[in-house]
Amino acid sequence: MLTTFQIQALLVGALWTVGLALVAFIGGGVIGLLVAVTRVSRHRIVRNLSFLYVQIVQGTPLLIQMMLAYFGLSLLGYDLPPFAAACLAIVVYASAYFGEIWRGGILTVPKTQWEAAECLALSDAQRFWLIIVPQALRLSTPPTVGFMVQVVKNTSLASVIGVADLTYTSKLINNSTFQPFQVFVLVAALYFVMCFPLAWWSRKLEDRLNVSNH
Amino acid sequence: MAYQFDFSFLSEYWPELLRGLWLTLKMSVLTIVLGFLVGTVLAIGRTAHSAWVRRACGVYVEVIRNTPLLIQMFLIYFGLASLGLKLGANFCAILSIVINISAYTCEIMRAGIESIRKGQLEAAQCLGLSRLQTLAAVVLPPATERVYPALTSQFILIMLTTSVVSQISAEELTSIAARIDSITFRSFEIYLVVALLYILLAVAVRGTFWLIARLVFPRLRRLGTPL
Repeated sequence: MLTTFQIQALLVGALWTVGLALVAFIGGGVIGLLVAVTRVSRHRIVRNLSFLYVQIVQGTPLLIQMMLAYFGLSLLGYDLPPFAAACLAIVVYASAYFGEIWRGGILTVPKTQWEAAECLALSDAQRFWLIIVPQALRLSTPPTVGFMVQVVKNTSLASVIGVADLTYTSKLINNSTFQPFQVFVLVAALYFVMCFPLAWWSRKLEDRLNVSNH
Repeated sequence: MAYQFDFSFLSEYWPELLRGLWLTLKMSVLTIVLGFLVGTVLAIGRTAHSAWVRRACGVYVEVIRNTPLLIQMFLIYFGLASLGLKLGANFCAILSIVINISAYTCEIMRAGIESIRKGQLEAAQCLGLSRLQTLAAVVLPPATERVYPALTSQFILIMLTTSVVSQISAEELTSIAARIDSITFRSFEIYLVVALLYILLAVAVRGTFWLIARLVFPRLRRLGTPL
């Protein structure tokens, strides 16, 4: 059986996982918003740059992004500690996906809404933030929460560059106890406890959306 | 900034990278095909008559989708080994990815299956088709067509996900990159090159799926525009 100390270590690891996920939600959310806004920008260059960013981030594995942030940047002279490098990588990763989800939300708002807002003589900013965003927000909340589950799970890749998160701790404990089933089933259960409420919430939001649409 | 980029190691290690790329590609194709098949079977299970089958498939999907692939992989690789069942790293990698991806494919396919209108099923019944025939001829083709874009995105994600198997020492692109990195200490260059290879691979996979769609879905072919 696992000792109390080992279970404690796992719980501390779980805290780091939660911390990393929170950083990803907030940082990824802010930059993701920027991505979404620039993806529907009127200027072609801004739009294309933003598109390129999304393509590059979505076209490479998070693992490689983590390695680049940790090993790569340290060679360039920016010696980030593992946690900071992991935060950087996962924020970049999350921002591209959040941005695309929200762009989808913005695009599903019917064109007539934009036109009506224009007829009411609203300024560009007013039109975007008061008319389009509230409607887009409602549509994109379920996929956003759904993607948050992915983010929580993908923080496990930070273990590769040495962040002492849940996965890293579980690897350490497995190496010393040789009881993979106990350790990893417990860890899987901990991840499940973190992710399932989000998944459940996402589904609830989606159901509510469906009812109001019919 | 004093750092000098130096890509000269590439000429020496290029064949190894290509070998890794080839294994990544093989692994992706195998997991995509198997994951699609298992996922479709699960999706059919989730819409089955028997409540028990439905529930069992539902629990499978929830458990798999709410735990990280890395942990599933460790569980299969180290867990089975501790039971005395020693399978190769590549086999365990493919097994865990198929288990993982089938849960996602299941949800996507279920959305497709549920989007088939009831009248279609009733018409199939009136024509005297068996349940299996209905599934194969009436339900699955349009269901797949409808969710095809979502499937494509998911499959590209799997291709990227195969990088995770480097953690159990399967010899694909990422693990070869890590090895070259530890020999040459050219981290930034090697991971940039590998990132570029993954982007190319992603573009190739997207292109392949676009071609498959052209060949397989007659409606798309006729209209010449995506649905």
